[in-house]
Amino acid sequence: MDTAFSNEDLKFQSEIRDFIKTNYPQELRDSINSKRKLGKELSREDLTAWHKILGKHNGWSAPSWPKQYGGAEFTPTQKYIFEQECAKAECQYIMPFGINMVGPVIYTFGNEEQKVQHLPGILSGEVFWCQGYSEPGSGSDLASLKTSAVKEGDHYIVNGQKTWTTMAQYADWIFCLVRTNPDAEKPQQGISFLLIDMKTPGVTVRPIKLMDGSHEVNETWFDNVKVPVENLIGQENMGWTYAKFLLAHERSGIAGVARSKKAIERIKQIASSEMSYGEPLIQDPAFKAKIAAAELELSALEYTELRTLAKDSAGKGPGPESSLLKIKGTDIQQAVTELAMEAVGYYANPHLGTTLSNEYVGPDYATNLSGTYFNFRKASIYGGSNEIQRNIIAKMVLGL
Amino acid sequence: MNFDYTEEQTLLDNMVTSFVRDNYDWDTRCNIVKSEEGWKEENWKQFAELGLLGVPFEEAYGGLGGKSADLMIVMEQFGKGLVVEPYLPTVILAGGLISKLGSEEQKNSIIPEIISGNIRCAFAYAEPQSRFDLNDVKTSAVLNGDDYVLNGFKSVVFGAGMASHLIISARTEGEQRSDSGITLFIVDTKSEGLTLQNYPTIDEYRASEVIIENLKVSKDNVLGKVNMAYDAIEEIVDISTIAACSEAVGILQVLKDSTTEYCKNRKQFGQSIAKNQVIQHCLVDMMIEYEQAKSILYMAVTADLSDSDERRRAVSAAKARIGKAIKFVGESAIQLHGGMGVVDEYMVSHYFKRATMIGVLFGNTDYHMKRYMTLTQSGISSADEAISVSVT
Repeated sequence: MDTAFSNEDLKFQSEIRDFIKTNYPQELRDSINSKRKLGKELSREDLTAWHKILGKHNGWSAPSWPKQYGGAEFTPTQKYIFEQECAKAECQYIMPFGINMVGPVIYTFGNEEQKVQHLPGILSGEVFWCQGYSEPGSGSDLASLKTSAVKEGDHYIVNGQKTWTTMAQYADWIFCLVRTNPDAEKPQQGISFLLIDMKTPGVTVRPIKLMDGSHEVNETWFDNVKVPVENLIGQENMGWTYAKFLLAHERSGIAGVARSKKAIERIKQIASSEMSYGEPLIQDPAFKAKIAAAELELSALEYTELRTLAKDSAGKGPGPESSLLKIKGTDIQQAVTELAMEAVGYYANPHLGTTLSNEYVGPDYATNLSGTYFNFRKASIYGGSNEIQRNIIAKMVLGL
Repeated sequence: MNFDYTEEQTLLDNMVTSFVRDNYDWDTRCNIVKSEEGWKEENWKQFAELGLLGVPFEEAYGGLGGKSADLMIVMEQFGKGLVVEPYLPTVILAGGLISKLGSEEQKNSIIPEIISGNIRCAFAYAEPQSRFDLNDVKTSAVLNGDDYVLNGFKSVVFGAGMASHLIISARTEGEQRSDSGITLFIVDTKSEGLTLQNYPTIDEYRASEVIIENLKVSKDNVLGKVNMAYDAIEEIVDISTIAACSEAVGILQVLKDSTTEYCKNRKQFGQSIAKNQVIQHCLVDMMIEYEQAKSILYMAVTADLSDSDERRRAVSAAKARIGKAIKFVGESAIQLHGGMGVVDEYMVSHYFKRATMIGVLFGNTDYHMKRYMTLTQSGISSADEAISVSVT
């Protein structure tokens, strides 16, 4: 048993650190900070600038991808270090839809033409992807999805509605699960995995506003959208297999340990400035105890993640452990966003950046912490709700 | 980075696993805990033959030079079998103090005797008023000629009734709760002035109240430096806490696995109760708690324990977090076993009781939470400073 970093790992760590220091643009930091302060939406440029910089450097935008597809092919330890350092430096996170989701599906199940057409744009951050899975009637029961794709000559005609499409407002492409065989014996057997250009006539995106006022997700409508058959990934009606692969593929970072660590550090700083009973809030026994509880949980989760990584690197194969990481990781994210909101007392109230007020009030650090708390209720719902994750563990790990 | 056992550790793990499998089936254990002695000398002899009694001791004294990871392996398997022989009190706690503080002469005379299984020791530190505070020592030791004279009372001393020797902490100087002024003494349990009141514990181990009245101890039997024992006591109790956590993790695994099996087999309303989602999710949460407990144990075992601040932080984090897991997994195991959970006859209640008492051992969850907070939440810069740092 050994968790110390090797000399090579340490060298790698300082390489990453130096790279971030030299290459992370101050204008990007300023732009994102000032928008966050006033609760304004981040632009496509804000979301992809760092991705584009990493994409030009040894495939660092794609830590898990094999070198042959232009990725960095980091070892699990390197991936862990990379995430830690990016979180410590508060780098904008890389949108997962291209790099973590559709990319691995394309290089694993796609044909040569598809690899050549799509992988470079995903890697460089030039092409923005979104995910078309959920539908109004198909949330947890994803396999019941109804969006249909009917083959006519060398095209599929796609009709239906996807929902919760994150950042579809910026997306160039969407990867979709569509029904190609409505008569299959099991609903899972009639599903295909289709890549669709968002500029195709008949695609309409409508915003859904979340409870913090943010615009992250959308409804995406398909009205007789003509999609070339070349955009089918793998075989027709095998889409469910690729979808499951996608869900289990990216375990590293799913728990968000490094970012939660940074967030706790931040809460401690805030609680040192806020006063309660005439003393810094950080001295309040009740608040202190909650911070400590979050730290212990996170410390345990960090080692759970390291154990998973170590198992992966020993080639012992991934497992439904990713469900555990998702449950615990989002539990902690929610606990942390709640603590941050709690720390600022009354200044949880102001809702800045609306059309009603552009004034900036309260301490700098308090801005939008309640918005983040409300926003993060999504974490235990998205990506397979935490109840569904428990069902997966019950079935796959405990054999129930 | 890896969490694999070395070849030696795998051998150790296999050895302890087969000992428990071959010598500690449920009926055998029931007979041991019901016996007058409360342990089985034959098992102790076997520990000696297998080399288990030498795991943490230096090779120079006949030990194996093992570290916390090796003790973890032994204790985890002992936890799975609810092994009641006094390994933790003798080898890890008392043995740890002798290794840490003993003179060459003391180490040469005592450690080989422990390793060969000839003697057992126990550490008498807690007092009725001290709760978990190791520095709260009222028992006094006053020098009179070449002897110290000890008076006082020690509470709930595990394994004392099976021990030939006790290590006793006593105050030779200073206030009742002062770190300095605490001295350790090694005494024969049959000494005049020492009275042991032995009793079984709720989890079927054995402990004793120790009454000390004008107990004479020769200067030669002081362990370590006079007045200076506190740091060593804290360190060895920390190491022993990791061992107790390891035992708990072994127990939690049994509780989680046996409850899962039970729910698969138990039928109500015409089907296995494990078909109910409410049961499934509870079992999943038990599994998650077990994995989190195991992870934080690994954190503690792989921490740099030679750095006293890191050691304190890691140990208290592990004990507090595992304490929480013990409560959830233990209580859920009983609940899901239904009526079978609350009877003495079925084994699940015994695992629950032992885990719960480990929760108390060396400081409960609240105690370690508070210790962890004291260690981690001082010297934090304020948010304003931090913001100016990130802007510049």
